[in-house]
Amino acid sequence: MKLIISNVSGVPIYEQIKQQVKSAILSGELQEEEALPSLRTLAKDLKISVLTVTRAYTELEEEGFVKNVQGRGCFVMGRGSELIREQLICKVESSLTEAISAARMADLSPQELHQLLDILLEDKTDG
Amino acid sequence: MDNYLEVSNLSKTFPGFQLQNISFSLPKGYIMGLIGPNGSGKTTTIKLILNMLKRDSGEVKLMGLDNISDEKTVKSNLGVVFDSNYLCEEWTVAQAEAAVSVFYKNWDKKKFSGLIKRFHIASAKKIKELSKGMQMKLMVACAFSYDAKLLILDEPTGGLDPVSRDELLEILAEYIEDGEHGVLFSTHITADLERAADYITYISYGELFFSGSKDEFVDMFRIVKGGRGELASDLDGKLIGARKFSTGFEALIKSEDLKLFGHLDVEPATIDDIVVFTNREGD
Repeated sequence: MKLIISNVSGVPIYEQIKQQVKSAILSGELQEEEALPSLRTLAKDLKISVLTVTRAYTELEEEGFVKNVQGRGCFVMGRGSELIREQLICKVESSLTEAISAARMADLSPQELHQLLDILLEDKTDG
Repeated sequence: MDNYLEVSNLSKTFPGFQLQNISFSLPKGYIMGLIGPNGSGKTTTIKLILNMLKRDSGEVKLMGLDNISDEKTVKSNLGVVFDSNYLCEEWTVAQAEAAVSVFYKNWDKKKFSGLIKRFHIASAKKIKELSKGMQMKLMVACAFSYDAKLLILDEPTGGLDPVSRDELLEILAEYIEDGEHGVLFSTHITADLERAADYITYISYGELFFSGSKDEFVDMFRIVKGGRGELASDLDGKLIGARKFSTGFEALIKSEDLKLFGHLDVEPATIDDIVVFTNREGD
């Protein structure tokens, strides 16, 4: 799994780790029951504080993506990818809701909105 | 024995300077940065911990033992690196090893020569011929060769180039990786701490300002910026170390006051920001 820490993104380091672990779980790169890198080794390799990695792993556990086994490490939970997918769908829904209210303000008809989405989708698949 | 270092109510008075009631603790397996402006009492604190200065009151426990009544045991498990070299300048590296190793029963010759090689220290050279970075690494190599449990460094990165600083941080991170070692290091170059340290102890004018996890410390404050007219007078009292100029102002605020400043530009504070603003007299 690739883990990269940016110093300029403004996103807290523990959050960056969380996001990258989540996307690795979603893409299937990290499989169920697979171990995450050891906490202390990861801290050393990324030159970040042990407590920062601890926070990332603890929050991932609280959100149900991994489980920490005392003395053994941190492992990916079975339902992890499902959970992330649900979260992402939620995000899509709320972004679309936002788009709809913006469209209403701009007096866009539903057809025009559909068209816009189709165009954007096409662009994305091309690129 | 989960705390490698426990300092409680440590006090020391000098003519013109007072270190007052300093308390903090460092669990094993972590790195703590001791920060504060020059003359704030960092080195005094370290010297009191090492019993190089006589404390007026308070208590220091290292690896569960008293730093004075169990001084011998404590020191055989302690590594110390100062900003200036403490080895005789005329010695060669090999002579320095011979001189230091006799004090430690568990001195590991193999480990020392391995470290000297790894740090690219020429063992035939005299101490005074080594660069500052090399001298610092030599002192670290000594501490590692008798498997010191706790490493105390006083301004280790002062006068070091970025390459050596990075190297030192890497060495420290590796040192605590097994969870059985601890590091206390004082510095005013806080960029070094921004990433590597787990805990921060901040001393200002001889008083403890904060001791706790680094994330918590950084989270306690924000930087707020705005135009001169944008600041209602009742908010003025919430600003810490405000700097006002013709086109605007910037100041530190406590995160708990964040909602009062919602209409202004707010950004996260760095450790440097916090030290600088908390030591400024506001305009």
